[in-house]
Parts: sequence; structure tokens; C-alpha cells
Amino acid sequence: MSATDKLLDVQHVTVEFHIGGLVGGSLLVAVNDVSFSLDLDRPEIFTLAGESGSGKTTLSRLLLRDLDPTRGKVLFEGRDLATVHNRSEFKEFMKRVQPVFQNPFETFSPLRRVDTYLFDTALNFGMAPDRQTAARVVEEALRNVGLSLEEVSNRYPHELSGGQIQRVSVARALISQPKLILADEPVSMVDASLRMEIVNLFRKLRDEQKVSVIYITHDLATAYYISDHIGIMLRGFIVESGPVEDVLERPLHPYTKLLKESVPAPAPNEKESWAKPISLGTTEVKEYGRVGCKFASRCPHVMEICRKVDPPDVQVERQIVKCYLYTEHAEPAAAGIQP
Amino acid sequence: MALLSVENLSAYYRTEIYGISRTVRAVDGVSFELKPNEIYGVAGESSCGKTTLIKVISGNAKHPLKVNSGSVNYHFGAHDVDMLHISQEELRQNLRWKEISYVMQGSMSVLNPVRKIIKTFEDIVATHQGIPDKKIFFEQVREHVNRLGLPPEVLTSYPHQLSGGMRQRVAIALATVFHPSLIIADEPTTALDVVVQRGVLQMIKDIQALSNNTILLVTHDMAVHANVADRVMIMYAGRIAEEAPTETIFNAPLHPYTQHLIHSLPMIGERSNKVGLRGAPPNLANPPSGCRFHERCPYVMDICRTEVPELVTVRDGHRVACHLVKENSL
Repeated sequence: MSATDKLLDVQHVTVEFHIGGLVGGSLLVAVNDVSFSLDLDRPEIFTLAGESGSGKTTLSRLLLRDLDPTRGKVLFEGRDLATVHNRSEFKEFMKRVQPVFQNPFETFSPLRRVDTYLFDTALNFGMAPDRQTAARVVEEALRNVGLSLEEVSNRYPHELSGGQIQRVSVARALISQPKLILADEPVSMVDASLRMEIVNLFRKLRDEQKVSVIYITHDLATAYYISDHIGIMLRGFIVESGPVEDVLERPLHPYTKLLKESVPAPAPNEKESWAKPISLGTTEVKEYGRVGCKFASRCPHVMEICRKVDPPDVQVERQIVKCYLYTEHAEPAAAGIQP
Repeated sequence: MALLSVENLSAYYRTEIYGISRTVRAVDGVSFELKPNEIYGVAGESSCGKTTLIKVISGNAKHPLKVNSGSVNYHFGAHDVDMLHISQEELRQNLRWKEISYVMQGSMSVLNPVRKIIKTFEDIVATHQGIPDKKIFFEQVREHVNRLGLPPEVLTSYPHQLSGGMRQRVAIALATVFHPSLIIADEPTTALDVVVQRGVLQMIKDIQALSNNTILLVTHDMAVHANVADRVMIMYAGRIAEEAPTETIFNAPLHPYTQHLIHSLPMIGERSNKVGLRGAPPNLANPPSGCRFHERCPYVMDICRTEVPELVTVRDGHRVACHLVKENSL
């Protein structure tokens, strides 16, 4: 293991899926030449945003090593994930990177009490030698999410509210004291009045526990609220990335502009721009298979070259954008995203 | 005249297993009216009774859901309909699809996966009206789909070939094929992305503007209501908390729950600290006494714990159920 200043370093990762029969069939590039990195000593919340079918979940499976990239490398604390083979090494990796899933009621079996998950995690990862010490570890993790062991012991999932059980789910992830939490749409199934409590929890983890969070979502409003950096995904590409204020307040890529404009503002007086008619892609597979920029068919500024060659990454101030509109007055960006 | 008047409606789920009976008071004492030619929004979190309310007013209440009291009356131009005392046969023959249609959340499960879209249109029209001439029928469907701005290829596609947003729009096209007076849309865009959501909601608004019918839009997403609805009703734990024109709901909400909902919405460009509400939505099998919101309310008073607040009209079209708000206090 080499010394490094990166917690997570994703280098030009591509994932291809083969669709169709043994002969023929077609190739679907779910993640296309994606690079980004998280700093080791400065915990942050990095958001991956994009519509369904943009490759967010495939990318998260890569980072959890549930899937190997077709090309490219994922380095975690300097170690290439492709070289993690045996069980004990993988367990060590799992201790450092923990997931939080979308629907807490599906994460936990309805027939098991939720505290058994917490104890099992503590024992399996060797955080405690026996149940008595495990109780202390579990209590500590629960305290970090604003719960106590008393509140959850001997409870079944249906006896807890959506917000509580999602916090238990985060507490479970915290037991092994991870460096990175991967949260895939953690609030989309949680009630509106409890949603902000979960979102604030991630912020608290970053500030107090020094845990980095990769927040995967299609909700730009909460992304803006909690994250430090953001990457906007479209059909496997990260089309724009940078500090969240820059990207969402002054979007450069036409797709980010469309996304931002489409977020309905919770104010009835500001509906003019939202009401402007838009055209939608008919099918997803069509856009994936297209040569050149995947947004070309819907882009208002489309040029001849957009339909022929994939646009390069261009650095504009602190943002990196994959668009020909910015190629004239900027140098091509260095590989990867420097936060 | 109102298109639909709901008076003091209570609908409970009653189950009895091994002698243990349980009553879930999903809708309790709800009264409201739908006017012709408007988009009426219903908001509230999960398990606050939104879907139960729709089931009852669309005549789909089945065991264990039972209407306890109240009335649901429709006035469709020439004829009046009492939804709670109508035969299933009449409902199927004259009302469903023709006067009241329903757009659901999961459009994938609405469309038959082994039939082309045009065949699904055929199935529905044949069941409710009959198709005397297929050629004329196909022409009509093509025209209908064209008017709604969908590409004609969708008719010859199978559901799996279409994207989620396109399928949802096909489901809306199906629901409007007979030009119903009332379209009930239950979370029509919840599973969709913002861009697609915008397209689908724009289509709903266009349809409403085109045919001047009434749309009952149910969603938990307040931002959607802000952009689409004319009037909004906020439900909490089976009761109406507040009802007002959209602008009033957003600019001058009176109920503490509505105030929390509006103020906790994150917005791009604004980063002030937002907090969650303490506690959790109540269990409707055993709802709290008095005001059902009192356990979570920041302004709770003694009276809130014992007495149910009445829904009072504070101004024309603005109704609130809260002890803090006295009648005509504004």
C-alpha cells in the first residue's frame, strides 16, 4: 500500500454491459470514463446527481466493489480495488466503506429485530469481542445519530418511523468506524417532515466524525443544501463537476441548466421559467447508443461536432464541464477533478 | 356549482384477526369541494390518508376499508351521483373512465406488458364504449395522442420500449381518452426525475387548459403544488389541517404543520439551516387525543391535548384547523 493523500481516487473508470444474446447483442456503456477523487484529511460530502439511468447506481456498485470496472481503476486509500481478493482483505475494505440504502424498510428484514443487525455488525467486524462490549459500541453509534439503544432494542422495523429506521441504518454503517459512507438516495423514501433530520445528520457526521459521504441523489435542492462538491451525471458521463455553489448557481453545461431550471421552486410566484415547454427523450437506450455528446438531441446550442465526437473535459474556473461550448476560451482540464 | 362535494367523510379500515379488532382511522371528518375547471392539490406525508380519500371518492372502497359516515356527491352537468350508494355496475358503465379517471404512480404496472400501447387503448375503449369501426377508432386515437404532444411511434411500441416519463404520459393519454370531468392523479411524478417530471406536469396542465376539467393532484411534494395547483389542501393524520389558494398556502400559512412544511423546503441558492420536525407521524390505529398534531407542534397549548380543533374559515377560501387561529381573526 503506497502513501497517498487521496481517500478515494476514481481514475477513468468505464463499465460496459453486454445486452442481448450470445451472438450479436449490443454494448451499453453505463459508466464512461469517469474520474473524481476525495481528499484523505478533509472529509467532504460529494454528490452524484443525475436522472434515472444516468449510471449513478452502477458507479456506486463500483465503489463498493460489487462490480469490477471494464477499464480504469478505483483506488481506495491508495489501494487498487481490483487487487482486493481474499476474504479478510475484503472485510477490511468493507469496514472502511459502508453503504446506506434508499428504502430502510427493505434494508431490514421485517421478521428480525433491528438491534440484532447492529450487534451482528459489531461482532462480525470484530469491533467487540462479545455481546457485552458490543452493546457499548452499538450505543455509541446510535448516539451519533441521535438515538439510544433503549429506543431500538427489541423493536421490529414496523415499530419505528421512517426517519428513525433510516437513522438506525446510518448507525449500522457507523459501527465499523468507516472513512467513507456511500448513501444511495437515503432520503427519497423518508417523509417530508423527517427528511431534513437525515440530511442534517450527514452534515454532522462529516463535521464531528470526519466521515466522507458520497451522496447519490436526483434531488438537487438537498444536494445544494449539504454537499461540498457535486458531479452531474448524464448517460454514464460526468458532464459537469465542481464546488456545489458554482455548479448549481452558475451552471455551464446546457444539461445542468435544464436540470436546475426543472427543479420546481417551492414558491408559486416563480413559475414562468419552469412552465417553458421542454422536449423529452423518448427512450433511454437510444441516448446511450448515440455517438458524441449524449445531450445533443435535446441541446438548444447543438453544433455539428457535438454529434460526432465525445466532448472533452474543459476547466472553467473551478468547474469542469464536458461541452464544446467552452473549448475555445479554455485549456483542456487535467485528468481527474481537483477539489 | 361544485363538481364534487364531500361532507364530513370518515372512512376506517377495520380488521378482525383471531378476535383482535383494530380500527385505523385513515380519513376522519373531511369536508371539501372541487370546483369545475381547477387543479386541486392534496398534500401530506405517507399514511396521512391521501390515498384512502381518493379510494372513497372514486368509489373504490373495498373491505377492510369502510365508509363510516359522511357523503360524497358528484354533479356532472345533467345528472347527480351519490358515490356511496351507487351500484358497481353503474359505476363501471357510466362513470369510470368516462367521468372520473385515475392516473396512478407506477405507470409500468398500469400498462399491459405483453400488449402494444394501441391494443391497450383498444381494450379500454371496447370495454367502456364499444368500437363499431376500428379504422375510425385508430384515427381517433392517433389524433388524441398527437394533440397531447406524444410521438405517434408510441402507439406501436410495447411498454418496456418506452422511458418512464413517456409511459407515464401514455397513462395520462389513456386516462383522458373519454374527456372525463375529473382526473385523479395520485403521485403521478414521484418516481420520475426533475426534467421528466416537468414534462409530465406540463402535459397535465395543458390538458386541463384544453378541456377545462378538474384535476385532483395528490403528491407529497410541495414544490409541485406550488407550480401546478390552484388550491391546496394539507392533510395531517387523516384530517384537513389547512386549505387555501396556492399562493396563500405558500406565502401566509397559518397552521404550524403547513408552516413547517413550507419552511423546511431546501432551495437552490439559499443555505440557511433547515430542521426536521420532532417526533413522527402518529399511528392512526391509536391517534393522539385532541389535535392530532399536538405531540409535534412547537406552539402546543393545553386545549390542544383535549379538544379537536374545528376547521374554521379565516378568509374566503382559506380554512384552518388550529386552536391558535380563531374564526375570522384576519
